[in-house]
Amino acid sequence: MVVSKSAKTKRLTKSKAFTLLKNAPLLELGQMADGLRRRLHKKNTVTFIVDRNINYTNICINQCKFCAFYRTKNHSEGYLLRQDDIFRKIDETIKLGGTQILLQGGLHPDLTIEYFEDLFRSIKARFNINLHAMSAPEILFLAKQSGLSTTATLARLKAAGLGSIPGAGAEILSDRIREVISPRKIKTLEWLDLMEEAHRQGIRSTATMMFGSGEKMEDIVEHLDAIRRLQDKTGGFTAFIPWTFQPVNTKINVKPATGVEYLRVLAISRLYLDNISNVQASWVTQGIKMMEVSLRFGANDMGSTMIEENVVAAAGVHYRASKEQLIRAAQNAGFNAAQRDTFYRILRRF
Amino acid sequence: MSPDDAVHLFKTDDIFTLGRLADKAARRSSGDRVFFIRNRHINPTNICVNRCRFCAFSRSAKEDGAYEMSLEEITKKASSGSAVEEFHIVGGLHPDWPFEFYMDMLNKLRRRFPAVHIKAFTAVEIDYLSSLSGLGLKKTISLLMEAGLGSMPGGGAEIFSPRVRKKICPEKIPGRRWLTVMRAAHKAGLKTNATMLYGHVETVEDRVNHLLRLRTLQDETKGFNAFIPLAFQPKNTEMGIDSFTSGIDDLKTIAVSRLFLDNFPHIKAYWIMLGEKVSQVALSFGADDIDGTVVEEKIAHMAGGTSGEALEKDALVNLIRKTGKIPVERDSLYNIIKEYA
Repeated sequence: MVVSKSAKTKRLTKSKAFTLLKNAPLLELGQMADGLRRRLHKKNTVTFIVDRNINYTNICINQCKFCAFYRTKNHSEGYLLRQDDIFRKIDETIKLGGTQILLQGGLHPDLTIEYFEDLFRSIKARFNINLHAMSAPEILFLAKQSGLSTTATLARLKAAGLGSIPGAGAEILSDRIREVISPRKIKTLEWLDLMEEAHRQGIRSTATMMFGSGEKMEDIVEHLDAIRRLQDKTGGFTAFIPWTFQPVNTKINVKPATGVEYLRVLAISRLYLDNISNVQASWVTQGIKMMEVSLRFGANDMGSTMIEENVVAAAGVHYRASKEQLIRAAQNAGFNAAQRDTFYRILRRF
Repeated sequence: MSPDDAVHLFKTDDIFTLGRLADKAARRSSGDRVFFIRNRHINPTNICVNRCRFCAFSRSAKEDGAYEMSLEEITKKASSGSAVEEFHIVGGLHPDWPFEFYMDMLNKLRRRFPAVHIKAFTAVEIDYLSSLSGLGLKKTISLLMEAGLGSMPGGGAEIFSPRVRKKICPEKIPGRRWLTVMRAAHKAGLKTNATMLYGHVETVEDRVNHLLRLRTLQDETKGFNAFIPLAFQPKNTEMGIDSFTSGIDDLKTIAVSRLFLDNFPHIKAYWIMLGEKVSQVALSFGADDIDGTVVEEKIAHMAGGTSGEALEKDALVNLIRKTGKIPVERDSLYNIIKEYA
């Protein structure tokens, strides 16, 4: 990871991060994050990726309370996509200039490693596209269902074509909160260990944080610290993506995080994670206008054009963005836009 | 602040310094307070003799989607939902309604809801009503006040530049007439707001000139309460523009307005147009008012506005609180009803 010396010497402590998150004026926090973001990304560029979310199944045994997307196996709305449908979606994505498929789904009780090996190999045999696939909970579940170690599971998935792993399922890395919002989901250490093993095998990943689900500021700082420590060890995270919990249609009764809270967490994430190059703004949960503002509060990436996004839409959020909109948003915030690949290599400047 | 300085601020990349200066200015007049009101919008008709290109709300009488409310319907609308402090009433310039209709509406609402403040009619509507009554501005305004008019909203200002008006609202009264109506209202003792519709074909210089003319009139009358920059909503309009204003531009516009309009008591971040999130951020960029519960917004939503049509009081209090400022429920004239410390 490229980190400037000055950034490293001024590394934020947990207590300083907590104080800033709690007390610093919004604009001060933003200016600090903007400053670090400019030191880390000297070219006046913000990036985005053209990819498509394919949710291969919505059947899930976890039944997290914050999730509006899952169905039980016998539910009339439960589905498992056929390979042909997946191929069609990938084909469309490539025609739209896409370079990545974000392939995720619920924890389907009937699927074992052979299913995914076959699916990944079939995709890679047909298409030149990166499989940014699964997530820590899916991989751990798959290992269990297949009677394999996580090490072996990751190795077999990689051999079959897994290119990188999305950082989803991290939610908030505080077991106290996880017990409340997703008691059946993997715990903090399991998420971190899985990511560590993936990085060790050369499979890079992103890291996420879902906040606004009842956690305290301390939990947010702990989450950031866990990610930073692992990154110090592996260097495997390509980007950090904080986003806000969307409470509509879920079983958790909290007030959604406001725009100001989002910007504060975004800025402190940029400042604390001095060893992760990229911080992504979430237009899916914040809308385009706030994403423009986010680009001045520490974010240097706009995520993807998200050709299909079922999970957030199920929770009542329906922002859409075209490539043109993302390019304009970057310009509105004073930057040049560039299309990148999964590993943040620039493919095309606009 | 000189107009040149304001142009320069609009073009600056340093949004943080700009925001801090504006926040400081807001704190000088309002301290830590951010105001909101429990209000209800009523749009009696969308039938309008004008055909402003930027407007997705107006219809001609026989067009699909045209509507007009009877007095009974207006009263019914006014009484629905939870109790409010203010009715905000604006509508199209209806080709057939006589002056008496508006007088009856005010009288009826005042009798039925004696405790509710009636903020009604933009300067454009007042101009139209004065031609309906044939009694001139002064007399018309005084009759409306006798019937219950308590203050006026700031709409219809758009951008004063004649060049821009020709492109976006050629039939609408010119900017100087808008200012004349406001001067007359202020002289009659009515408080009003002022607006600026931005983010379409205007230049930064047009914006600053607009602000300058408002500041000059305010020096003369002291009749403006709040200035409300209105972000252009592009959908279903004839402007041929498909993009919303940028969040950065929204925040800069709030901040420059706060700094330039040093004689305006309040700058409002109108959440209906900016969205809840950006308007909340704007409270750190010089705005000290976030409008209100609104209830059933029509005009911006017909132009593709994506915010909700109403916010509960608790949601407004929460939005303000999360900025570290103090939510203050106000009445139409900015008297404090309750502080949520």
